[in-house]
Amino acid sequence: MRRFSWFNATALTLGFAFLYLPMLVLIFYSFNKSKLVTVWAGFSTQWYGELFRNEAFLDAAINTLKVAVISSTIATVLGTMAAYVLIRSGRFAGRTLFSGMIYAPLVMPEVITGLSLLLLFIGIGLDRGILTIVLAHTTFAMCYVSVVVSSRLMTFDRSLEEAALDLGCSAFEAFRLVTLPIIAPAVISGWLLAFTLSLDDLVIASFTAGPSATTLPIKIFSAVRLGVSPEINALSTIMISVVAVGVISASLISKRAAVQQKRDEQAADRAAG
Amino acid sequence: MAQNGNKQVFSPWTDPSAKPLIQFKNVTKKFGEFVAIDDLSIDIFEREFFALLGPSGCGKTTLMRMLAGFETPTTGTILLSGQDISPIPPNKRAVNMMFQSYALFPHLSIWDNIAFGLRREGGSKDAIAARVEDMLRLTRLTKFARRKPHQISGGQRQRVALARSLAKAPKLLLLDEPLGALDKKLRQDTQFELMDIQEKTGTTFVIVTHDQEEAMTVASRVAVMDEGRMIQVDTPDRIYEAPNSVYVADFIGEVNIIQGSASQSGDTVDITFAEGQPTIRGTTDKKFANGEKIAFAIRPEKVSISAEKPDDMENALQGKILDIAYLGNISTYHVELPNGQIIKSQIANTRRISRRIFTWEDTVWVSFTDTAGILLKV
Repeated sequence: MRRFSWFNATALTLGFAFLYLPMLVLIFYSFNKSKLVTVWAGFSTQWYGELFRNEAFLDAAINTLKVAVISSTIATVLGTMAAYVLIRSGRFAGRTLFSGMIYAPLVMPEVITGLSLLLLFIGIGLDRGILTIVLAHTTFAMCYVSVVVSSRLMTFDRSLEEAALDLGCSAFEAFRLVTLPIIAPAVISGWLLAFTLSLDDLVIASFTAGPSATTLPIKIFSAVRLGVSPEINALSTIMISVVAVGVISASLISKRAAVQQKRDEQAADRAAG
Repeated sequence: MAQNGNKQVFSPWTDPSAKPLIQFKNVTKKFGEFVAIDDLSIDIFEREFFALLGPSGCGKTTLMRMLAGFETPTTGTILLSGQDISPIPPNKRAVNMMFQSYALFPHLSIWDNIAFGLRREGGSKDAIAARVEDMLRLTRLTKFARRKPHQISGGQRQRVALARSLAKAPKLLLLDEPLGALDKKLRQDTQFELMDIQEKTGTTFVIVTHDQEEAMTVASRVAVMDEGRMIQVDTPDRIYEAPNSVYVADFIGEVNIIQGSASQSGDTVDITFAEGQPTIRGTTDKKFANGEKIAFAIRPEKVSISAEKPDDMENALQGKILDIAYLGNISTYHVELPNGQIIKSQIANTRRISRRIFTWEDTVWVSFTDTAGILLKV
């Protein structure tokens, strides 16, 4: 094991400070007693209480969760299907065009995506509300899902599917019983990615949301324009904790599985040798 | 099977009334411009252990994938029990395949892997369980049934793959380089195990391999393939002792090839192969024109080495020992003739190496009888 040099320690500290200091400050001030955000007046959890009594915020939070769950689920289904077609179908006319078009929205400026969706919804006479936000989020999140899933499918041993066919599966059964369970971790992380993207999207949501439904990021953004309140700090702290718990548990689960698998394989080889 | 020591010689291919299980009729398979299988016709019979042998890219895997249903012939028909199988998808064929990578389902236990095909058929729970237990016993995997594929060793995985492909009792089992991933010792043990299982189940096996020793050991017949064609289809001993071409002679085992011009009188042929060298005498039932370019092929183990010219051998050539490859049980001597031709001679090491008679640079006689080699058209 190499010794930890001073240079490394400093670089690490600076890097992490750069990433996490703003969030720590925010969390710290969410427990501030004072109504003035930047003046410390003692520890209190009163703003969390206030937050749960604020109906507007709660409505927005519920909307956000609804949109995120629905849109990321649809995006996962569509994105997985697109990835499967791209990787599995071999060459068909327009394959290059199709794969280019799947990935284009990744690099498209969000303002343009939002604006074009807005024009489309107005054009077809769709009233803006939860439905339009869901549609918009599905559109851009499915590219991310298909990127994640197709990179997993590229390393997927095709003979596993052939074995399933050989043993009597129809093409759909082979996908459901063999391919899907094996690529499930990629599909789940695709869903998580889509979920978080939808959760914190402001630009596209503000183009496609209507007066009947706003999401939490829009609510926070408009509230902050009138001045930062300690309530917002409390709300943000809750969001940070939710995301952190999700990310940490997901990475722990996948790491544990990988370590366990490696240990099993070594044990099996030792037993054989 | 003859080489398995059964009293009855198994050779349905010599019986004109025998009905073949598989018939390839003028099958051609093209991938774009590339011809993978070139107008191929062959009959394979029930209970046969048929080996497809050839270098990579010779079309043996394509042939197998056509039987499994993953490829369809460009032209020609493939019959299984007299029925054209081209329109039948892989999941409806009474054919199962054991994949080179084994393709075990990593998310299922050994037990569930073996039961996978049976469940698709939709039998009763008890029938499936009984069949899986049978297969586990047959492949000696009973105590690993609850493990996942990554929790067992390579040899055990190979047996799981075999059990899974045999579970549905297919008419025909395809094995794609089944032992390729195993080390040599394990591979030899497994070869005998495969033959044993094939006899017990009575299933027809078609095996793809590039390992000629493996093909010779397990198969009732071997097909040597090159560039989408079957060059020779015969029993292992005929392939080895009576190859029909220089390609087959060279592909199977070690061989000395001496090229020269023929002069035939009756059964004997004298081959002039170099200035200042005596002619080589061989026997044949084939006809060669006088002066025709032919090849004389002789296996190294049929060539002896001696210090003095032997009187009782039809052919004797003098040369110098260039190299000795010591393999423990045998040694291969590379003897260079004055014209530069190298003759390999394989001698069993019946004495300890310290008592070896010949060494590098020794002048020796290589000799062989007139029936030891085989004459081939070039």
